Amino acid sequence: MIPELGHFALVVALLLALTQGILPLIGAHRGNATLMGVARPAAQGQFVFVAFAFGCLAWSFLNNDFSVENVARNSFSQLPEIYRFTATWGSHEGSLLLWTLILSFWTVAVTVFSRHLPEDMASRVIGVMGLISVGFLAFMLATSNPFLRLIPMPPDGSDLNPLLQDMGMVIHPPMLYMGYVGFSVAFAFAIAALLSGKLDVAWARWSRPWTTVAWMFLTMGTALGSWWAYYELGWGGWWFWDPTENASFMPWLAGTALIHSLAVTEKRGAFKSWTVLLAITAFSLSLLGTFLVRSGVLSSVHAFATDPGRGVFILSFLGVVIGGSLALYAWRAPRLMTGGAFSWFSREALLLGNNVLLLAALGSVLLGTLYPLFMDALGLGKISVGPPYFNAVFIPLISPVLFLTGIGPLARWKQASLPDMVSRLKWAFAVALIVAVILPFTTGGMNLMATLGLFLALWILFTILIGFAERLKNVQGSLMQKLSSLPRGYWGMQIAHAGLAVGVIGATVVSNFQSERDVRMNVGDHVELAGYRFTFQGVKEVPGPNYVAGRGTVEVEKSGSKFVLHPEKRIYNASGMPMTEAGIDYGIFRDVYVSLGEQLENGAWTVKVYHKPFVDWLWGGAFLLALGGALAASDRRYRIALRKAEKATDKLAAKGATA
Amino acid sequence: MKRWIPLILFAVLAGFLYVGLYLNPREVPSPFIGKPAPKFVLPVIGQPGTTFSPEQAKGKVWLLNIWAPWCVSCRAEHPFLMQLAQSGISIYGLNWKDKDREAEALLNQKGSPYIVTVDDLDGRVGIDFGVTGTPETFVIDQAGIIRMKHIGPIDEAVWKKKFEPLLDKLEKTT
Amino acid sequence: MKLAVLLFAFAFAAPTLAGEAAPNADNPEVEARINKLGEDLRCLVCQNESLAGSRADLAEDLRREMRKQMKAGKNDAEVIEYLTDRYGDFVLYRPPFKPVTYLLWLGPVIFLAIGGTIWYVTLKRRHKMQDQIQPDSEALKKAAALLEQ
Repeated sequence: MIPELGHFALVVALLLALTQGILPLIGAHRGNATLMGVARPAAQGQFVFVAFAFGCLAWSFLNNDFSVENVARNSFSQLPEIYRFTATWGSHEGSLLLWTLILSFWTVAVTVFSRHLPEDMASRVIGVMGLISVGFLAFMLATSNPFLRLIPMPPDGSDLNPLLQDMGMVIHPPMLYMGYVGFSVAFAFAIAALLSGKLDVAWARWSRPWTTVAWMFLTMGTALGSWWAYYELGWGGWWFWDPTENASFMPWLAGTALIHSLAVTEKRGAFKSWTVLLAITAFSLSLLGTFLVRSGVLSSVHAFATDPGRGVFILSFLGVVIGGSLALYAWRAPRLMTGGAFSWFSREALLLGNNVLLLAALGSVLLGTLYPLFMDALGLGKISVGPPYFNAVFIPLISPVLFLTGIGPLARWKQASLPDMVSRLKWAFAVALIVAVILPFTTGGMNLMATLGLFLALWILFTILIGFAERLKNVQGSLMQKLSSLPRGYWGMQIAHAGLAVGVIGATVVSNFQSERDVRMNVGDHVELAGYRFTFQGVKEVPGPNYVAGRGTVEVEKSGSKFVLHPEKRIYNASGMPMTEAGIDYGIFRDVYVSLGEQLENGAWTVKVYHKPFVDWLWGGAFLLALGGALAASDRRYRIALRKAEKATDKLAAKGATA
Repeated sequence: MKRWIPLILFAVLAGFLYVGLYLNPREVPSPFIGKPAPKFVLPVIGQPGTTFSPEQAKGKVWLLNIWAPWCVSCRAEHPFLMQLAQSGISIYGLNWKDKDREAEALLNQKGSPYIVTVDDLDGRVGIDFGVTGTPETFVIDQAGIIRMKHIGPIDEAVWKKKFEPLLDKLEKTT
Repeated sequence: MKLAVLLFAFAFAAPTLAGEAAPNADNPEVEARINKLGEDLRCLVCQNESLAGSRADLAEDLRREMRKQMKAGKNDAEVIEYLTDRYGDFVLYRPPFKPVTYLLWLGPVIFLAIGGTIWYVTLKRRHKMQDQIQPDSEALKKAAALLEQ
């Protein structure tokens, strides 16, 4: 009964989404307030019904209703409750429902925080988002119904993929989808602006916080995914350039470019049509990612079960949404150059440089991801494009972006002076360079990649300090007063840039200076690595809720201090799939990482031990990036605009009441 | 005009994606097509002391079927292979990485579609043929040249579509 | 006799009970080479995992073959050739530079060139632009007013 209610709720949600997608757009076009008034209640109603459907599916999972095919395939009676809940989005169908739920959640957020917008703008934004919901709900109902019953009902489920039975599954997909789907708001704003022809500075100011928040979630989601892979896959890799990772990385690059170009559009009124195009691109890449993961055109470790019928449906939907919006762009984008003049060396010029480089990097990732498909489609044979290619093309393209990160925030709008900039930054440049050249010599000699990475990171950090110093030079008061006088937008930018530097340090150090040993260990054997002494104390069989684990005990000792790690090798009951769980000791300056290999005779095992210096800086950097985004999005100027608008509407309402 | 570029690029991309829907990224073509089959000499299962090498099959069109007792899809295609053998198709088997030594018993119990099946215990010959999994089937012509490779089980439909036309053509050239 | 066997066994067992762990590979130098090469090779059956990282059966077998080749004195290029002869370019994570991959390898350069051109043209036009003519300054004020009201 409950699954049928869920199915029914999806049908109602589709009808509401149709209402939300059609009437307000017509209303906005004709200036009909009644039709525009439909937008908010329809969107909120749609959210209620999608959330109800999601609840029904979660209920089916939590109560082990194996008569539902989706539950039977992706859950198991012995599965711990938390993973029974997260299994709700562990399948293609369920994750699609999560996608739709998050889309309607963002739409409701827009209905709540858009009261200061002109009514036609708000209606258009909500309407466009409604049309996207229509696509996803129709896709679900037509090809991927999560509530299908299975007759006869199997006695038990076939279990959730063991890789997904992890705390990472609780938080990574929702975060990632919040980011992916969040770009739909910026997209809807862009389409609304194109439809109304009012592509003004106010539009940029409205879409900016939404974009930043979505970008923040995408940053967190991607970083969490990387961390999850790091501890779950058993050999400590953190980025694989897998097509699915690229699918979330490309919108992130586009979103990063968009945030910067929105800054120019908001502050200087320039680059409008470029910004609109980026907003369309960022969300289009989110949709493309959804397509790539679900259609089976690329093979990937993450890919869902594939089906060309679904592929055709999403591709048609992509064609309508992306094709339609690009056609609208071609037709309606402003032809006049807007905004003021600026010189060869100015903040605008630097930000445009940032955009151009980010998009070249994005284009390269897209090219590498799809090239095997291109060749196959043209009958030119099959090739693989993997990490060596992406590293070879991405690093040279992103390095100048990092260099510009140091200069951009210090350059003045319109016209900056190059000699002046040189004199302000020469010390930062020299010190960063010298340190970056010398540091690798302390561990193992010259290393150009390490020098490049360290130089760029230090350069960014030094220029941030210079930025603060210059900004506070003429401010009165104590240091705390001075610092708190700076707007949150400024703090956000600097913290995010510092996060970038921190992440670069992590990536550089761990890629160039990690060490590992692959050994056969009898009980009592030891091995030394990077000053740590690992003593193997054997493997014991320990039953888990839905698996049996061989739980190893490895004692690690360095200069007197000891700790114990428990790497595991698990065999899952339902699927018989083996999984390795690494034993990790996290530290600010290094992780010690142990994973079990194969069992040998007499209780001996092959064991891999790793020393990974600075690896946690990667995720620390991502956290700072996201924190910066959160601060920037909560800047006073957006809140004031909101509060004032609210007051104005309250006053109007009060007037209406007295009149 | 400039404004239409994004739309044109997207249209091209969508075209490729559409074609891509009907391609299988997991099906990797063999670099051996049109080349002589790799040489090997391996013991024949069930006939201790005898060996087989591809030269012995020269002069006829034959299939080399890579299989293993532990492989589920191989069991699925087994009845169809029996049918083929009965209709006069020459099939040779290569028993790949049968660490548990089950092949002989299995063939005795279920019947063998193979003229002979050879024992590739450590999987080296399989690697020489570029095998990634079982079952895989090679079509080898009279001169010992590999003409086709099929990945996955053979059934009636696959046979009619991929094998029969090729075999007809190859038989005619003699 | 039994005692002798026991003692013999102990003599062997004792050092392994608490010793320095033996490297998994008998020849660490070859193993390092395999791991380095393996990073750029695809584990064919796992889809998107490198040959170095994979614990799949076929990956183990291929590493074993690579080991044999290396011990026989083959250099890295010859070992790669051994693999591409059997599995084609699909096994390479770093596609070779040849006519069908020109676009792949030159693409990033082309993107950069296009980007550079856009940057140059935009800046040239902006630089020439008279500062006074700001078609949008009106709208800018309006928007500001709207937001501040």
